[in-house]
Amino acid sequence: MRFLVSLVAVLVLMGAAYFGSASSGGQYLFGVIIPYAAIALFIAGVLYRVLGWAKSPVPFRISTTCGQQRSLPWIKNSTLDNPHGTLGVLGRMALEVLFFRSLFRNTKAQIHGRPAFRFVYGADKYLWLGALAFHWSFLLIFIRHYRFFAEPVPGAVLGLQSLDGIMQVWVPSVLITNVLIIGALVYLWGRRLVNPQVRYISLAADHFPLLLLLSVAGTGAYMRYFSKVDLIGIKQLAMGLVSFAPVVPDGLAPLFFTHLFLVCVLFAYFPVSKLMHMGGIFFSPTRNLANNNRAARHINPWNYPVKVHTYEEYEDEFRDVMKAADMPVEKE
Amino acid sequence: MFDAGKVIIGLVIFLVLITFPVWYNATIGNASYVPDPQIITTAPACVAPTAYMKASHMDLLNQWRDDVVRRGNREYVAADGTVYNKSLTKTCMDCHSNKAEFCDRCHDYVAVGQPDCWDCHIAPEGGAR
Amino acid sequence: MAEKKLKPEELVQIELSPPAREWMDPSVNFRKGTWNYAAVPDTLDYLGLPNAGKWSPPDEEWPLPDNWQEIIHNGIKERLEKYRSFKVFMDICVRCGACADKCHFFIGSGDPKNMPVLRAELLRSIYRNDFTMAGKVLGKIAGGRKLSKQIIKEWFYYFFQCTECRRCSVFCPYGIDTAEITMIGRELLSLLGLGIEWVCTPLANCFRTGNHLGIQPHGFKDSLEFAVDELEEITGIRVNAPINKKGAEILFVAPSADYFASPHYYTLLGYLALFHELGLDYTWSSYASEGGNFGLFHSHEMIKRLNSKIYMEARRLGVKWIIGGECGHMWRVLNQYMDTMNGPADFLEVPVSPYTGTKFEHAASTKMIHISEFTADLIKHNKLNLDPRRNDHWVATYHDSCNPARSMGLLEEPRFIIKNVANNFHEMPENTIREQTFCCGSGAGLGTDENMEMRLRGGLPRANAVNYVKDKFGVNVLLCMCAIDKATLPPLLEYWVPGVEVAGVHELVGNALVMKGERPRTTDLRGEPMKGFGDAAGEEAQDV
Repeated sequence: MRFLVSLVAVLVLMGAAYFGSASSGGQYLFGVIIPYAAIALFIAGVLYRVLGWAKSPVPFRISTTCGQQRSLPWIKNSTLDNPHGTLGVLGRMALEVLFFRSLFRNTKAQIHGRPAFRFVYGADKYLWLGALAFHWSFLLIFIRHYRFFAEPVPGAVLGLQSLDGIMQVWVPSVLITNVLIIGALVYLWGRRLVNPQVRYISLAADHFPLLLLLSVAGTGAYMRYFSKVDLIGIKQLAMGLVSFAPVVPDGLAPLFFTHLFLVCVLFAYFPVSKLMHMGGIFFSPTRNLANNNRAARHINPWNYPVKVHTYEEYEDEFRDVMKAADMPVEKE
Repeated sequence: MFDAGKVIIGLVIFLVLITFPVWYNATIGNASYVPDPQIITTAPACVAPTAYMKASHMDLLNQWRDDVVRRGNREYVAADGTVYNKSLTKTCMDCHSNKAEFCDRCHDYVAVGQPDCWDCHIAPEGGAR
Repeated sequence: MAEKKLKPEELVQIELSPPAREWMDPSVNFRKGTWNYAAVPDTLDYLGLPNAGKWSPPDEEWPLPDNWQEIIHNGIKERLEKYRSFKVFMDICVRCGACADKCHFFIGSGDPKNMPVLRAELLRSIYRNDFTMAGKVLGKIAGGRKLSKQIIKEWFYYFFQCTECRRCSVFCPYGIDTAEITMIGRELLSLLGLGIEWVCTPLANCFRTGNHLGIQPHGFKDSLEFAVDELEEITGIRVNAPINKKGAEILFVAPSADYFASPHYYTLLGYLALFHELGLDYTWSSYASEGGNFGLFHSHEMIKRLNSKIYMEARRLGVKWIIGGECGHMWRVLNQYMDTMNGPADFLEVPVSPYTGTKFEHAASTKMIHISEFTADLIKHNKLNLDPRRNDHWVATYHDSCNPARSMGLLEEPRFIIKNVANNFHEMPENTIREQTFCCGSGAGLGTDENMEMRLRGGLPRANAVNYVKDKFGVNVLLCMCAIDKATLPPLLEYWVPGVEVAGVHELVGNALVMKGERPRTTDLRGEPMKGFGDAAGEEAQDV
């Protein structure tokens, strides 16, 4: 089973960090060497992949048009779903990247009343909602973590954090994004297990990142709400890393190293995986091109001459019948 | 069409965002700052070991509050057998007497925000140092 | 159709839950009715395409060249370097499954490999195995598959069960376009000499004679003259259909089925009546007598080879600009490929309607506009005398053809025309029209008799939506602007929704168009009686 492979992989990773960080050498490995390696792999990997895409040209302007084109002045053009210019494209991309516009269209095909069948395409927003909840929570949590990587902590991070904790339950305050990310990940993974079609198409490479993210969020939340860890020491470690003067303070909890290691795995895994969709969406030619093909010519850098059948060749073959049919010819 | 310009702009934005901690701390930040909470020691030891207090003092304070306010239980027996009065102002603040120079130092450093203590208690402003 | 003719109520028993067999297993059952005949070697040879062989898909052993693995590997590599779309789409799919039930072939067949995501994975798994680090190291765990002859068969089966309609790409959160994957997949297959007859024969025909049907110039002229005669019988007016006329203002290019197949033919009568009534200075071309482009269903190179004729002919004839007729994939090529491939058309002028003065700025570079853009503009400016009552015998709905909808956004122009030429118009449910329109199920070269079961399955979602408006509003005609639709929807509707006809938009324009000096019409362009225009009522009704 593909999800079992992923589950075992994540458990092994957790165990490795939990027990591996027992010695001071292990702490240096998991606290300094691996984080540096992971972030280096992440940045280099993302650049490599993105430049790899950028190296291939966009030979044709193949936007998928999801609304009315701009043609006659009295017909309203659907600027965001079928943009004809840069501004529209920026709007379309912003909607895609920030709000998952295309996924919002999602429908579910169902057959009602066999055998006098009728297909019904109902709106299905759960996937959109789950995806949006996960991605926005992840982004906000990522930004919140800058409190460990910046001194003094920027006001924006503080503001975001107090907004996130506005519910004011538990000590310390439960953060909304914590609840959302875990809920969303459980949903996203659950549908891969429960929905027969989605289970059928899911690879280990689909289960693994979800489980990895779930373990990251889970260890983080567990530390915050239950086990408690020495945040001062953690920030000292983090600040040492970002100022290239790493120190490993004493007394950091194994669970913290587990959390950190899982994040490192996520960073290192990112560029070699489907998670690159983060960058890829910006490169999607069906979305990031204006549908102004007939107004402005798109250039294909490798456009090469092909063997064509010229009018002369055509007339040479058919001149007699054309003349017999009283059709004009170039050569008598 | 390669759109090299747009790709480069995108990558620069990515790099700037992802390396934020590095350039922030190298410029306007202060990476080498280590919080130094000030304590006026009048007691030989704290009610619990420092490592525990550093990470989990909020649990202990929460427990004390519930015990005192809801159950009227004011006695705390430490691991070494010493008995303490479960009181923020009468026990904790004997040593940790300055909010700004003790509590806030770490709370600001890791941005855990203002604790609820001072919703009811008056925050100590200066120690009898 | 298959040997045993399935009844609609049998065919609709679709098993949607996936089989126990994992998708990575490439074995394919070439069941009769679900695949297309192989291309015949002569056509491939005529076009100079490689590795032509004689074979049939159910054959155990296919005639692959010795270095077939190398050819595929290098073919993928070359395309990764040439198409950012291909490379990005190979990399970023997260298999969320949003595309799954958007494909008409999946809805109609339940075959999991007809989910767009798996159709792409068939190729993606080879890409991962050969070109990515994860695939090279982890193999199957990373979703990689090693190329095999069986996989080539699987590709053939499923890349010719995709109509490149792009409906999935509307819903994909990353805009992954299966049409792009299928096009590349078919290109790779064609490198091995594996194509289908229904694509390759029209290609060879079109290359030689200028149109897919292989009609030679005199045949083309005969067809048009026959149409002119027929129009005269109905209207009493003899129109002119100029062919290869040098110095005309406009070149008109339509799909060849319009002058040779039914019900396309009535749309042709509509064009002829309209152009005559306007007194348009235009010409047909026998050399560029095809707007459609089956190259789109074969390879990018073939698109260019066939499409080149339109600009070359426009230059030879010295026209100023071009109008294109009602066709689907033709407009994908004209809108998204022609200018890039065979432009710049700097010898032409920006189209300006001679009657309204409208400058079609949106075609400023390509210099070619869609007939419905032209007609909608005329109607808006009151340049046509239309009597929509002449279409009162029709209760119409409109089927957006895939390519004009999703590769162009031509949505309102036809609707505006229909509402002005007909009184009874009802939309199908909203998730089945406009950019979410369902394919006829027979596009991209799959409209063959031997593939009938798959066509019926793929066309089921469309037919089902038609059935809905038939029950609800009594719809009796499905309008569309695509030659493949007009060819393949009639048998589809006859099977699933008997009693609904198929017609082009300009057929209804031709019905409604009151021509100067015409004799009172009692029949529509099909020669069928019109409601309220019987012999007695006819005279009176013409007086408006």
